[in-house]
Amino acid sequence: MPFFVMNNIFVYIEIEGGKVADVSLELLTKGRELASTLGVGLDAVVLGEGLAGIEKELAKYGADTVWVADDKTFAPFRTLPHTAVLCGLIEQEKPQIVLFGATCIGRDFAPRVSSALHSGLTADCTQLVIGDHKDARSGREYTDLLYQIRPAFGGNIIATIVNPDHRPQMATVREGVMRKEYAAEPGKGEVRAIDWQKFVRDSDLVVKILDREIEERKIDIKGAGIIVAGGYGMGSKENFRLVHELAEVLGGEVGASRAAVDAGFTGHERQVGQTGVTVRPKLYIACGISGQIQHTAGMDQSSMVISINSDPEAPICKIADYAITGDVCDIIPKMIKYYKQNSK
Amino acid sequence: MKNLKIVVLAKQVPDTRQVGKDAMTPEGTVNRAALPAIFNPEDLNALEMALSLKDRVGGATVHVLTMGPQRAADIIRDAMFRGADGGYLLSGREFAGSDTLATSYALSCALKKIGPDVIIAGRQAIDGDTAQVGPQVAEKLGLPQVTYAEQIVEIKEASLVIKRRLSGGVETVECPVPAVVTVNASAPECRPRNAKRVMKFKGALADSEVAAAPQSEAAQRIAGRPYLRIVEFPASAVDPDPQQLGLEGSPTKVKKIENVVFQAKEARRLTASDEEINSLMVELIASHTLG
Repeated sequence: MPFFVMNNIFVYIEIEGGKVADVSLELLTKGRELASTLGVGLDAVVLGEGLAGIEKELAKYGADTVWVADDKTFAPFRTLPHTAVLCGLIEQEKPQIVLFGATCIGRDFAPRVSSALHSGLTADCTQLVIGDHKDARSGREYTDLLYQIRPAFGGNIIATIVNPDHRPQMATVREGVMRKEYAAEPGKGEVRAIDWQKFVRDSDLVVKILDREIEERKIDIKGAGIIVAGGYGMGSKENFRLVHELAEVLGGEVGASRAAVDAGFTGHERQVGQTGVTVRPKLYIACGISGQIQHTAGMDQSSMVISINSDPEAPICKIADYAITGDVCDIIPKMIKYYKQNSK
Repeated sequence: MKNLKIVVLAKQVPDTRQVGKDAMTPEGTVNRAALPAIFNPEDLNALEMALSLKDRVGGATVHVLTMGPQRAADIIRDAMFRGADGGYLLSGREFAGSDTLATSYALSCALKKIGPDVIIAGRQAIDGDTAQVGPQVAEKLGLPQVTYAEQIVEIKEASLVIKRRLSGGVETVECPVPAVVTVNASAPECRPRNAKRVMKFKGALADSEVAAAPQSEAAQRIAGRPYLRIVEFPASAVDPDPQQLGLEGSPTKVKKIENVVFQAKEARRLTASDEEINSLMVELIASHTLG
């Protein structure tokens, strides 16, 4: 019998400021879809402190089983105890797929789990699909593998990765990439306590957290309906203020390309693209952004794109609905002026 | 901490940030030759963290370990110009086709030979952006890890106090050594090449570079100057389990590669004239895209 084919899908649930992180709910939504395709169950795995009742929310997103380790050992997050418990639980339950958020936490310990279990891990997937595979060298055929699809090589290629011979198949996914939706039929949300004491050793507790200054996320461009984004073509930090002015007038948020962030025009939390956040607003105005694939990978799902660029041949024009050719410092004030004039 | 042995894990990568018009071949594949090979940016932040740690404790050494083809010795020389004491090149066709897990296995075999106290690596490499190799190496060696490190705040008798940069703030942790530390781009930039060190180390050669031309002047110079030797480990020198190396040792397989092609969609072209901007805004308001 091929191994693990009937086994469940695990989603690692991340707790952020006492709440379930959005990315984990997005993964449950995707996990539910994959589990239905495979005809298997969906398990949520939660490690933290004060988790009573958490299964209610997770069930709405389709979790059948909720594995819980509720102890101060697990909050705040530390690499080694989380790795030990997850490895122990995976060896005990043998899920066929494990999904993690590609966050500071998921990207920290998922590689350790993969290393300990000698199983492949694909980072920052943008699509997850079930499909068949034939190995070109051995000719061996596999059914119902997880296609882990991700951009690579700076976003210039899209690679489909499979993990034919090792289980579990593991992937991380960035926040905002998958849709978050209540399951059509809620999961059972049955709580099962993880017998974590048998997995965590004293040597897993050697790293001590001395201090944490975690700010609640204030800037949230992911949820914005309108994003005005500035690129290197804004020219200077002073000119970048125009981007803020337009965003404010239109009731939108400010985004930026990596080049603008690297040049110090604005902070990293506003970066859109492969190494920033993925957004899909109803309107995206790209100001002085050339449109390298690394950037467009994070915004090409926008309902409408307006580009403002001095170069009519800039790649951004290829995905724009409206391409305005000219100087950003001339055009943005005009947009503000005519918006105000016409909206009254 | 006495005689601290620091090893920096570094990678030579194609500069994917410099993707220009000639970066794709007419057939639509990535034209690697058009991209310069560079020192992975966050590995330079890691090198700086290692060098500043060396500056603060007497008797410490900094060596770079890289896995790659012979030309990857370039980044070891570069590191020596900036202050590293030397380096190791892990090279051989057995390593070809490695995914992150096979890479971390190979590196961990080499690290067992070297026996460092502190291993410092960049958070991730720009050609893959996976951020997996550092934590995977730590797991293979059974060491604790500190990821997203920005600064070593304090050096204690047997531990380091390290400030980490997380998505919404900072965290300070104390971690015993030996340990693996991965460094964020927000950490201090690497010091520049030092002219005197460039003069001293420009003739440094990896073993296979010497073997390729043993009679050359450069090879002869190394004979009396051991500090110019870049130690090269073929696979056989690090006692690996061959089944865990290269393509065979890689659980992940690339099923398909697609080149990214922009979908042709006709943009409506506008000029910066008042009339056109005005009518655009009127249209957006009318369609409830705005307001």
